[in-house]
Amino acid sequence: MAEHERVEFKNPVARWFDSRLPILSLAKGHVIDFPTPRNLNYFWTFGGILAVMLVVQIVTGVVLVMHFTPHVDFAFDSIEAIRRDVNYGNIIQKMHTVGASMFFLAVYIHIFRGLYYGSYKPPREVLWMIGVLILLVMMATAFLGYVLPWGQMSFWAAKVITNLFSAIPFFGDSIVTWLWGGYSVDNPTLNRFFSLHYLLPFVLVGLVFLHIWALHVPGNNNPVGVEVQSGQDTVPFHPYYTLKDTYAIVVFLLLFAAFMFFAPDYLGHPINYAKADPLVTPTHIVPEWYFLPYYAILRSIPDKLLGVIAMFGSILVLFALPWLDTSKVRSANYRPVYRQFFWLLVIDSILLGIVGSNPPEGAWLTIGRIATAYYFLHFLVIVPLVGFLEVPRPVPASISAAVLPPRSELRAAE
Amino acid sequence: MSTAEAAEGTRRDFLYIATGAVGAVGAAFALWPFIDQMNPDASVRALASIEVDLAPVAVGQAITVKWRGNPVFIRHRTPPEIEAAKKVPLDDLVDGDARNANLPERAPATDENRVVGGKENMLVMLGVCTHLGCVPIGNEGDYTVLENNVKMGGWFCPCHGSHYDTAGRIRKGPAPENLHVPQYAYISDTKIRIG
Repeated sequence: MAEHERVEFKNPVARWFDSRLPILSLAKGHVIDFPTPRNLNYFWTFGGILAVMLVVQIVTGVVLVMHFTPHVDFAFDSIEAIRRDVNYGNIIQKMHTVGASMFFLAVYIHIFRGLYYGSYKPPREVLWMIGVLILLVMMATAFLGYVLPWGQMSFWAAKVITNLFSAIPFFGDSIVTWLWGGYSVDNPTLNRFFSLHYLLPFVLVGLVFLHIWALHVPGNNNPVGVEVQSGQDTVPFHPYYTLKDTYAIVVFLLLFAAFMFFAPDYLGHPINYAKADPLVTPTHIVPEWYFLPYYAILRSIPDKLLGVIAMFGSILVLFALPWLDTSKVRSANYRPVYRQFFWLLVIDSILLGIVGSNPPEGAWLTIGRIATAYYFLHFLVIVPLVGFLEVPRPVPASISAAVLPPRSELRAAE
Repeated sequence: MSTAEAAEGTRRDFLYIATGAVGAVGAAFALWPFIDQMNPDASVRALASIEVDLAPVAVGQAITVKWRGNPVFIRHRTPPEIEAAKKVPLDDLVDGDARNANLPERAPATDENRVVGGKENMLVMLGVCTHLGCVPIGNEGDYTVLENNVKMGGWFCPCHGSHYDTAGRIRKGPAPENLHVPQYAYISDTKIRIG
């Protein structure tokens, strides 16, 4: 790659600067000229979409902090004041809350794209694992931020999620007291959540930097799933993918804007417009939609510690995926059996989300248990076995061979 | 320095390791204040106790008071509720410990051990589900007692579906422990001090 290549710039100022800090060469090598597979489809635009979403969240978040008061007596009212009194506050506040949902929508599509096209397989294991770490930090950030408006759901989300740590044997209760800074979720809790919610997005920026670094060592995977072999397989990142990404970002922002302007509360819960009350739990507490599958896994296991382990395990298992998948073929396009199980996993994940949004009673409990079992079955049994047993379709010799017409046709066209 | 000497370990190696070890211990000590600052501060630790007058709480009535930021349930149980709780064989209980801060740690979870001073009509316990800390709803769940077609006693946690019986003992669902009984004492016949 163009890691240490120095570009000779014509502009004397650029040349002078670049010979002292080669940041222009770096940008040219990694943003402009970067050789990118010529066959990336629109599922590959979600990396760019996610980068935009992270910037949106940080910019709106920094602005919201200018008007927010992190105190149990004022937090709820200060959010209401942002919505009603601050100039454009209603839009900026909605951009932040709806933005969180859009961020997760994009990240889930990004992850399932990786699962379908085998983007976690060698040599991209570290890239994948940093991605899982990013998901975990994103989840922590979203949770901490959800608590800040100090509504009923905020408060009880804080209580339930911090109580997950009480399942840890021996030290559980001390850890929870330490997290709360008291004997219940209270003002110290709100203050520290605010501090950490401001910190973690910048940790995310650092992790995203590592994610892109790890991506630029082997280069992009692609829908065919074979490595780049010659210049014919690639096009420069700019203008081909800068523009393709921009187009996708605009379409994605249309969806974002549609929610933001026409249904800003559709993805939320009305009960969070009631101020936190430590003495009354809302009758039906559920997390935001992007946490529902994990919540379903937690509730489907009738043991506190095992439920918590299963919930965290559902994400941690992704770290092991590069070694659980025994198939040498990356893209599911050439894996007829795996492809069907992939779609079953998608259905299973959505089903877990539906189960998570319903009360833990009757049939939902049974469906939740089956869906939870299947989720782990997929990663721990099906993926390793299918890799051994499946006969993949023949994989093309190269990206060009797969996506360009044969030479004879090209000649005929001439 | 010859290679043979280096393999055995030189004075310089010793100095490296000793310096590194002191540095690591120092860093660990420096870290502690930054961890401990998150524990409850002096104002929170200054343990508040509250006094509650039980006289106005009629039979079959329940009140909730706030203590240390958490709800405390005080329920004046009806005779059928107490009877139902007493009838439960200890082997049927998920958690066999009384979880009563006023008794020794491993006291069995009999109905008598869930209250203080043998006053079995007054059940006082933390309204915090031992699963993940939600506040259970009274007169709900699978272990209520029907009196004149009205559900009496028993608690149900709406968050994850834990059912508690008329003595606040966990019977069904993911919660691992009975509802905790806080430290309290009768300071007169109808008045208690919690904490």
